[in-house]
Amino acid sequence: MKKIINSVEQVENEMILGMAKAYPQYVKKLDGQNVVVRSHKKEGKVALISGGGSGHEPAHGGYVGEGMLDAAVAGAVFTSPSPEPILEGIKAIATDKGVLMIVKNYTGDVMNFEMAGEMAEMEGIQVKQVVVNDDVAVKDSLYTVGRRGVAGTVLVHKIAGAKAETGASLDEVQAVAQKVIDNVRTMGMAITPCTVPAAGQPGFELSDEEMEVGIGIHGEPGTHREALRPADEIVDMLMEKILADIDYSGGEVAVLINGAGATPLMELFIINNHVADILAEKGIKVYKTFVGNYMTSIEMAGFSISLLRLDDELKELLDAKADTPAFKA
Amino acid sequence: MIKSEAVITILDKIGDKIIAEKDYLTELDRPIGDNDHGINMAKGFTEVKKKLPAMAEQDLGTIFKTTGMTLVSTVGGSSGPLYGTAFMKMGMALTAKKEMSFLEFLTALKAGIDGVGQRGRSTVEEATMLDAMVPAYEAMEASFAEKQDAKAALEAGAAAALAGAEHTKDLVATKGRASYVGERGIGHQDPGATSFTFMMQTAAENF
Repeated sequence: MKKIINSVEQVENEMILGMAKAYPQYVKKLDGQNVVVRSHKKEGKVALISGGGSGHEPAHGGYVGEGMLDAAVAGAVFTSPSPEPILEGIKAIATDKGVLMIVKNYTGDVMNFEMAGEMAEMEGIQVKQVVVNDDVAVKDSLYTVGRRGVAGTVLVHKIAGAKAETGASLDEVQAVAQKVIDNVRTMGMAITPCTVPAAGQPGFELSDEEMEVGIGIHGEPGTHREALRPADEIVDMLMEKILADIDYSGGEVAVLINGAGATPLMELFIINNHVADILAEKGIKVYKTFVGNYMTSIEMAGFSISLLRLDDELKELLDAKADTPAFKA
Repeated sequence: MIKSEAVITILDKIGDKIIAEKDYLTELDRPIGDNDHGINMAKGFTEVKKKLPAMAEQDLGTIFKTTGMTLVSTVGGSSGPLYGTAFMKMGMALTAKKEMSFLEFLTALKAGIDGVGQRGRSTVEEATMLDAMVPAYEAMEASFAEKQDAKAALEAGAAAALAGAEHTKDLVATKGRASYVGERGIGHQDPGATSFTFMMQTAAENF
């Protein structure tokens, strides 16, 4: 598998350095750690930290900046970071209003972030966390007990980040983050796999005619594998499962059509075309749509659909100013 | 009373044992995991061994906490946080103590094992390291209550850990990577339970 890198060991470090050099007005690399922090620390608000394994860019480093995250920890590709860099990130961003950790539900992430949070608390920093588990496809899968945290996490960053900018308390920011988690559901699929640089070959095999429905963001198995179908039929399958999970009827939603990395915008728009039609047909009003690569899986070809059920509070926070390398509002 | 130097010697020998059994532990992790338990644990204990000599004058709390922190930052996966938590909780129970009675050791070990259960959100009969840890603790507690003999208690603990690790072959994993393979996990011995058994056996032999 051809990759444009220098060495496997330096992937995360060079990626972050490159990002910091591209966007010095937004971010810098934390000395000695694969952690991205805001260039200018903002005091007087709850600080937000997220992260996990690399390979999901722009998640999460691309969301560091005004209105979203204060730090993002980059573990090795598809590998949970250990507590040390998370703790250093927490210490770098902590204010007297405390720190909220936004953790995707994978066994490694949950344990390592939790340990870092405990260590930070031992040093007198107030830390709370939320665990994102928006994937409706499968439960208790390869790396996860319960449901996985996937692209809906970006909406947690946006809304919790906006809440923090208002000067809200740690409890209030945690509560609104949890509200997003309670109201967002996602499902994805893939047509070609991804290759972790250290592994040198794809994590799984898919024939030219097959697709994996309900795939995870690390290429973990989904609900099933079958012959590739037209886009609208794939969308029907995913939307059916998402819409069945919580009650969206009569309400308003934010839609996030997320590319897995190798899927062109052309295809993402074709997908959104049918998503929008289904929602219109069901009388579910679309308040805002996001189409693009928000939480990728290196070079996997595929996509996910996230639907966030909105209320007035969430709409206001969704609209609030955000200025980060990968997300602006 | 068990002193810091004795603990350092045993931790060093545990390191040797884990490194020696690296391939076996890795092989156990292949059918039901991601084929790296032995590699990761050996990496972790190689780092632990490097730090042990410098801690000869330290208290037991520092020794165990440093061991835990070293493991969590080098082992990775789930074993890193789980063993890291176990040793760190043991260390927290022994803060500033330069020696411990066997009962104090058992109390600290219990704190470590409870930490593993909380961290992993797991309990016994789920085909995890707890299936070796909990029986080992219970056997040691019972043995020491009866005979007041630390060596005999450690031997009882090692035997119970081994039996517990072998028992994981009969269980369907509901936690960790192995839980995905579900029924296919039956017949496979849990790597974490096995590495803990090696730790117990080493402690019993060298006490």
